Amino acid sequence: MKVGIVGGGVIGLSVAWELLRRGGHEVTVYDADPARGAGLVAAGMLAPTAEANFGEEALQELMLESMRRWPGFAAELGAATGMPLGYRTDGTLLVALTDDDLTDVRRLVDYYRRAGTPIEPLGGRQLRELEPLLSPRVRGGARAGGDHQVDPRLLLAALRSLPVRHERRDVADLSTLRDDVIVVANGTGLAGSTGLPVRPVKGQLLRLRGPEPLLTHVVRGVAHGRHVYLVPRADGELVVGATEEERGADLTVTAGGVLDLLRPAADLLPGVAELALAETLAGLRPGTPDNAPVIGHLRDLVYVAGGHHRNGVLLAPVTAHVVADLVTKGSTDVDIAPFAAVRFT
Amino acid sequence: MAETGTSAARSDAWGVWGGNPPRNRGRQPGELETDQLTIAGEQLPSRLILGTGGATSHAALEAAIRASGTGLVTVALRRLDPGAPSLLDVVERCGVRVLPNTAGCYTATEAVRLAHLAREAFDTAWVKLEVIGDEETLLPDAVELVTAAERLVEDGFTVLPYTTDDPIIAQRLADAGCAAVMPLGAPIGSGLGIRNPHNIALIRQKVTVPVILDAGIGTASDAALAMELGCDGVLLASAVTRAEHPARMAEAMRLAVDAGRLAHAAGRIPRRLYATASSPTGGLPW
Repeated sequence: MKVGIVGGGVIGLSVAWELLRRGGHEVTVYDADPARGAGLVAAGMLAPTAEANFGEEALQELMLESMRRWPGFAAELGAATGMPLGYRTDGTLLVALTDDDLTDVRRLVDYYRRAGTPIEPLGGRQLRELEPLLSPRVRGGARAGGDHQVDPRLLLAALRSLPVRHERRDVADLSTLRDDVIVVANGTGLAGSTGLPVRPVKGQLLRLRGPEPLLTHVVRGVAHGRHVYLVPRADGELVVGATEEERGADLTVTAGGVLDLLRPAADLLPGVAELALAETLAGLRPGTPDNAPVIGHLRDLVYVAGGHHRNGVLLAPVTAHVVADLVTKGSTDVDIAPFAAVRFT
Repeated sequence: MAETGTSAARSDAWGVWGGNPPRNRGRQPGELETDQLTIAGEQLPSRLILGTGGATSHAALEAAIRASGTGLVTVALRRLDPGAPSLLDVVERCGVRVLPNTAGCYTATEAVRLAHLAREAFDTAWVKLEVIGDEETLLPDAVELVTAAERLVEDGFTVLPYTTDDPIIAQRLADAGCAAVMPLGAPIGSGLGIRNPHNIALIRQKVTVPVILDAGIGTASDAALAMELGCDGVLLASAVTRAEHPARMAEAMRLAVDAGRLAHAAGRIPRRLYATASSPTGGLPW
């Protein structure tokens, strides 16, 4: 079958990879400029524990399902391409600076525990045994051992090396495609090509660099009410993210955005001040009204996979699995009812 | 529960236990509906004003706005681009009015500039004026606030200033021509409730413009207390948007504001040191 995938970002290419893996399909990916996707800016936290908000139980379940698929997804993609993905299993620490911050973290920990997620509260001293460079002022937090991470740039490089046909063009009108089946996975472009309520949610992010890593775990911290995440890479890079701003398609990096990230980062990890500020960048997350993606049937022979907001990298394996199921046999074993496009009509 | 008066009323089917007939729940028909908050000559459909900060998703915010019954929501101009489809679509879909605020300003000059931008962007002369003193407490800087309020009133704005619970500053703001004063119950987002109810009552006594309690509300009883103290309305955000179930808390706030308003109008009993039996004990046969 000829499958046309509109959008060559993490989601579109993961769907292409899954179809390729299953065999028997001729896949074409349409994207004029794959470098504009949210994936190149993403930090790559595979963090189902620390990502869900109150009331987002269906999304949480999908994230856990995708997390279960990630080790196999990474292993197979790595083996097929021979390329590194920066996959790490060190887990996430939730870290609170002040008593007020700790109150916030404890509330989340309680919520995750009620939901049956394994998470272990830790005191400041215990946190500093795991991460000795954390500020001595850190009051406490928790460890979510099930969270992993991947380097999205390496992931995208591996996915792009797959033997899939790429057409460097955008598809304004889906009816112009001659493929047997179409998968629309163009992120913030979904609004234009399908009319679904997907909007750009701006995120600013920093890449710092030093001679060696300051952390081994991913740290999700809160300092004086300001939230930040710190993602260490083996080569000494430290990703600091991310703001969430309703500014349309604006990609300006602002002084205030950088300040809002660096201040809590340095409060929690004073060594940050010694690192090189290698990159400051902004990206656009495809956000839906309820923060959950749209995955499933759009109309005859057209499927949609987009609006993954903060969780595109994490949700890539389950999205690819579901869409490949739908394309090849018309149904899937994953409960995707909460993510249907019809909820917005 | 209100006493309903004559012994004839007490002997009917409802009166034995001192209850009220259910068709008229103790208030005049339509009392809550006609007893509306009016600011600068404009009637608002609810005495609850909702802030949008802290909402986890647009869907959660929309559900909260609808459940709250509010007719006015505040939006921080700093945090969004009015040209982009976003938060404003949600607000518009709910059919409520936008009250732009100057959150994030530290000087009168910045706040005045931002208010002018807001007037252009939202096509409204109403502004919630916030001038913050520092980032840790987010408490208002009274000196900058009064300066900004004076300038904005002069420029033709309908100014609703977020202020400390200082009755003198509130008086100064009202004298400057602000359309309402909005004293805090406690610092923004703290959920500490009303730390100085006496000052709030004093402000209500001193100024003639509406008094809206703004900031510090943690749960429904705080909102009810504000109304019992005589406030004309309540503005809150985090208490709803950061609750585990925002829409449920929004409805609780709606009911609390109504309950507090009715209680204020109902004339509460005085506080006493000793008990006063509610059932008559005179004339018993032993």
